[in-house]
Order: sequence, then structure tokens, then C-alpha cells
Amino acid sequence: MEMLTGAEILLRSLEEEGVDTIFGYPGGAVIDIYDRLVRTGMNHYLVRHEQGAVHAADGYARASGKVGVCLVTSGPGATNTVTGLATAHMDSIPLVVMTGQVPRGLIGNDAFQEVDILGITRPCTKHNYIVTDVEDLARIVKEAFYLARSGRPGPVLIDLPKDIMGMTAPYKPNGEVNLRSYQPTYRPNLRQLKKVLPLIREARRPLILAGGGVVLSKGSEELTRLARKTVTPVTTTLMGLGGFPPRDRLWLGMVGMHGTFRANMATSRCDLLIAVGVRFDDRVTGDIETFASNAEIVHIDIDPSSIRKNVPVSIPVVGDCRLALEILNNLLEAEELDQMDEAHGPWLAQIEEWKSTRPLAYEQGDVIKPQYVIETLCRLTRGDAIITTEVGQNQMWAAQYYHVDKPNSFITSGGLGCMGFGLPAAIGAQVARPDKLVVDIAGDGSIQMNIQEVATAVQYGLPVKVVILNNQYLGMVRQFQELFYDRCYACTDMECAPDFVKLAEAYGALGLRASRPEEVEPVLKKGLGAEGFVLMEFHVEKEELVYPMVPAGAPITEMLLV
Amino acid sequence: MNHSTNEKHILSVLVENQPGVLARVAGLFSGRGFNIESLSVAETTEPRVSRMTIVTKGDMGVLEQIKKQLNKLVDVIKVVDFTGKESVQRELALIKVHARPENRAEVLRMVDIFRCRVIDVGTEYYTVELTGDEGKIGAFLNLIKPMGIKEIVRTGALALGRELK
Ligand SMILES: Cc1ncc(C[n+]2csc(CCOP(=O)(O)OP(=O)(O)O)c2C)c(N)n1
Ligand SMILES: [Mg+2]
Repeated sequence: MEMLTGAEILLRSLEEEGVDTIFGYPGGAVIDIYDRLVRTGMNHYLVRHEQGAVHAADGYARASGKVGVCLVTSGPGATNTVTGLATAHMDSIPLVVMTGQVPRGLIGNDAFQEVDILGITRPCTKHNYIVTDVEDLARIVKEAFYLARSGRPGPVLIDLPKDIMGMTAPYKPNGEVNLRSYQPTYRPNLRQLKKVLPLIREARRPLILAGGGVVLSKGSEELTRLARKTVTPVTTTLMGLGGFPPRDRLWLGMVGMHGTFRANMATSRCDLLIAVGVRFDDRVTGDIETFASNAEIVHIDIDPSSIRKNVPVSIPVVGDCRLALEILNNLLEAEELDQMDEAHGPWLAQIEEWKSTRPLAYEQGDVIKPQYVIETLCRLTRGDAIITTEVGQNQMWAAQYYHVDKPNSFITSGGLGCMGFGLPAAIGAQVARPDKLVVDIAGDGSIQMNIQEVATAVQYGLPVKVVILNNQYLGMVRQFQELFYDRCYACTDMECAPDFVKLAEAYGALGLRASRPEEVEPVLKKGLGAEGFVLMEFHVEKEELVYPMVPAGAPITEMLLV
Repeated sequence: MNHSTNEKHILSVLVENQPGVLARVAGLFSGRGFNIESLSVAETTEPRVSRMTIVTKGDMGVLEQIKKQLNKLVDVIKVVDFTGKESVQRELALIKVHARPENRAEVLRMVDIFRCRVIDVGTEYYTVELTGDEGKIGAFLNLIKPMGIKEIVRTGALALGRELK
């Protein structure tokens, strides 16, 4: 059998998983791996901060549907991955993150750059491993990838003691993974699905609520089929955006704290809620007692623990979302559903009325409105760009006004709400999809959290475009202060910011600025049309608010409106 | 859902005997605000598998979440819930009780009634070994308390399903 070093076994195992892209940052504990890595055909992207590496791998995974891969050193390198892991964990994104570790003999000694990264990351990974025997290495890598991508996906961490990387061992590729303690259910129970048929037949005010699980399971075509066949309107969570075509007449927009009026009203008034790949986050449900309280709820999800965690459910269905939708659609083929249009007519008319009386709205005056920037961006790119977002008002306006056409195109930190996610995620998405226009919609606060990654984009010639909605505030927090804290803007003023145009130039990139409404379109056209990385700054209305808004914990029908 | 109701439940959890598995289970309970009344772990007949017996509190909704979350841990092979099932339950307690000349006879009488044993005798203390279900141990402790308990150590409950007769 072939004898290889631990580092070589690691890389060989990665190659077997089809890995050709790694985001990382070197250091003493992983120097042996880096020494070998540069001799393989893999592309390594050197980030400027390990948090950036994890978010980039995350963006890569979301844009490609593949597992994102990271390599960092021990100690501070490892701790810098924690925010990225928690982000991916909350949004069920498949990652394998490899951390260096001090040699086995030093573990527990408070050695230089030693941390118990297993202990630290246990609650924010799907699973984690430390390799304590070089003979286990290939198996662990195989298992890690399998765990990351199967079932409800998530990040898996592998801790790699340095001495093991230098040891030699025979290498044999591993076969299939079979873990008796881990057997996700893909195929839903047919009897449960059959119970949904009479509900669909009888419902007069049905609604589909789709979440990230639809995107992750590649189920958006089946979702669209179900909606059209049964003439059922669709709303999605933030994570579900892109899972349903936004130009369809059945589309209601996003639901929840900043959901559209019609989506929130429909969720409240529906008599049947088919929830697919969602976990009923509090930002979606608002007050749980009044949430969809008139509806029978069908909940399809691959993770049994998501079901009945927050919301009582009439029909639980555990399984892969795409597969469950496909089976449901096939069952429906046999049904007489011609009268659906008629049966749901009054319901659709009601929704139309909600839409026309309370649309998303803003008024563009003398100062640039952030919504106008996003709307113009959407028009110029015909909804065809991959959008990443930062967190805050910018994220919500992006969700409301940029209508992505396809799944895997709206990349945002939903569960963790992690500022600093958008730029590195855009870098990862651009690596995954070199053919696509990738735009990070950013706030002036968030962009500064991982601004160092501009250097990464420039170094690798990644033509990411960043749109900064500069309101000189930590706007979303300021919005809460304006509405609920008597306008006491405690520590949310961001008046001191860099000159973003000069900053871009300092990194060797193009920087553009628009200060007046009429400059918005030219700047966007110029920036989007330019080669390479571009930072565009828009001086927007400082105190604009995101509407609708449901105060935290209130019923989602109690919206503050423009 | 509310975590407050105080029904007790015994869970028997078979896990892969991996380093860190106890931390995963304990972390799950603390991280999600679930309750652990007692927990005991040991190998089973298969050395790669350990059994954890966990006594927890909560209403049925909480219990359902606990079981689902446990099952979600990659190292958990199986979760058995003894709620509403016929099971045998035992706990072992070692109790160091004051045994002065004037109350020695009384201590021994209790030991006899409860069919437990004195396993260590000192000039001032007897150490009593007591096995039983929660009720029995509670009753013994109540009765012996007035005599003065110096130290006590308990294993927490162990449980197995009853065989159908
Ligand atoms: C890492 C991190 N720290 C703090 C927060 C809390 N937070 C949520 S939104 C927000 C303001 C973001 O400001 P900016 O990026 O300028 O976006 P805006 O809301 O102004 O569009 C803050 C501080 C967070 N979500 N993430
Ligand atoms: Mg801002």
C-alpha cells in the first residue's frame, strides 16, 4: 500500500471528495499541510482574516450547492472561525473547516497557540472531530464531508494535531460512509403526505410558506409546480428568497418582521399553511400564539427537531423537501383540481386588495432613498445577479426590493444576522460562479467589519461589486431606537467613516460615489460595467426606516406601515 | 413552548463511546435550557457503546424536543423514553450517618427495615449502602435525617424496561 504523510493523506482525501477550492490562512500548526497543498492542483484563496475564510466558503457553498472548505491554523486562527461556523450552523450550510492543533503531546498543556476548539465549537457545528491517530484521518475526512452535506446540512470541524500531519501511514481510499447513529430520513412517510390531499382539496384560503430548506434541497421547481397546480399563493422566509419565481402572480413577497403587508395578512388569515423547509424563527412568526392561528399547518422538514419546536402542527412530514414536494405533486396528479382557480378566487382577490392598498412603498425626493438604489440595481441587472447582503436595513431593503429570479442567488446571514458576512460571502460566491455578476448589498457599518477582504478580491481578480448604502448610522439599531427608545440614538452614529472611494483606490480597486438621486443610475451602470472589483458608495437618506415593521413579539398583522 | 412543568422522565440513551460524547449531551441540555436531574454513564456489553441514563423534567412538548435533539447528535444511537412504560428503576446511595452509642440501635433498626447494609463502621459514623427506587431512598433519608447525616452520595437513577410476563 502507498505510504503517505498525514498532510498528504489529508489532501488526497480532499481530492477524493472533489475539493478543488480552499479558503484559508496559514500558521505554524498547518505549515506541513500548506507545504503540500501548493503542490496539488487545488486553488487556495488566501483571505485576510479567518472569519473571512469561513464566510467565503459559506458563500461558495450557497452559490454552488457544494461543500465549502476552509483551512486555518491553531489557536487564534481557530477561534477566528467561530462566528463563521455559527453563521453557517444557523443557516444549515455545508462546510468542512479544518483547524491546526498543537502536537498531541502538548494538548492540555496550555501550549503556544493551543485552544480547545472542539469544546468551543461543539454548539455551533453539526459535528466536530479531532484526529488522534493518523490511521483515522482518511475516514474522518470522508465522514466530515458526508455529515456536512447530508440530512440537514451544516458545518463540520476537523482539528488536526501538527505531529499527525508529519507521520506516515498507508493510504487507502475509504468506501461509503455508514454511521449507525446517523441515518437521516429522506423519504417522507407516504401516509402522512396522503393526509395532506383532503386538506388541499378543502382549503379555501391556502398558503405555502417556503424556507431555506427548499433552496438547500433544490426543491424550488417542485414548489413552483405545487403552487401552480393548486393555485396556492406563496410567501417565503428570508432564507427562502429565490426559491419561488418573484414575477409569478402567486408570489406574495417575504413574510415576518419586515414582510410585505399581504404576506403577513395572508399568513394570519389562511386556513391551510403548507410550511416547507422552515423552522418558524421568531423573526418569521412574531407572537407565536396568533401566528397562523386559523390554519391547519402541514410542516415538511428534514430535521424532526424543527417540527413542533415552536408551532403546533397538524401534519408533520419528516423528509427531504424536494422529494416530499415531488411525491405530493405526483399524488395530486391523480386529483381533480380544475376548480382550484375558482375555489381560491375570493382569496386571491383579497390578497390582491392587500397588495394594491398596502404595497411596499417609498418616495424618492431630493436625497437618495436606499430602496431606490436597490430597485434600480434590480432593474439594471434584471434580477439576474447573485446578491449577498450584510446585515441591518440594507439586508431588509435588499430582500424587499431585489427580486432574485433563481435559487442560490440570495445569500444572506439569516439565522445569526452576522454583520460582515456579505463581502467575504460575495468573494466565495464569485469563486463558485465566475460567470455571474455578484453584488454585495452593504451598510456602512457592516462593510467595515470585514473590509480587509477587499484585498482578497483584488488579489485574485474577483470582480465582485459592492453597493454601500451609506446612512452614516447603524441604521437598523437606530430604527429600533427611533421607534421604541424615544429617539435616543445611543452609540449608533457612524459619522466617522473612511472615504470609501479612496479606500477602494488604496486597495487598487475602483471606487465610485453617488450623492444625488440622478447619480444613482449612472454610478450603478458604470460600476457594474467596470472590470474587476468595484466599491460603490451611495449617500442615502440618513433616517429612512424599513417598513413594514412588526415590533418584536407582536402578532405579524400588527405592522407599522409607511 | 414552556419548560416549566415538573414531570419527571427517565431517558436511556445509547451513544457511541467517543471522547467528548458526554460533553455533547451535557452541552445540549445546558445550551437549550433543558433540565438534568441526574445522569449516569457506563459501558454496555459492547465496549464501543455507552448507556446514559438521564432523569429530566418538563412537559411532553419539552420531552419531545429533548428526545429529538438527542437523536440529532451524531454520536447518539438510540433514545429510549420510559415515560408511561413499564420499567424497573434503581438508585444506589451511600450515606454516612451519625452513629453515637445512644442512637446506634435505631440506625441498625432502620437499616434492617429498609433491607440495606452497613458497609463501614467508625467510632462516630456508620456508612450505609442503600439501593432502591426514588421513593425508597427518599423515605430512608427522611427517617435517618434526625440522627444526623454527615455525607451522602447518590448514583442517580438507572432504569431498564420490564420484560413482558
Ligand atoms: C456582528 C454583529 N454585531 C452587531 C449586530 C447588531 N446589528 C444589527 S443591524 C446593525 C446595524 C448595521 O449597520 P449598517 O451595516 O450600517 O446597516 P444599516 O442598518 O445602516 O443598513 C447592528 C449593529 C449584528 N447584527 N452583527
Ligand atoms: Mg448604516
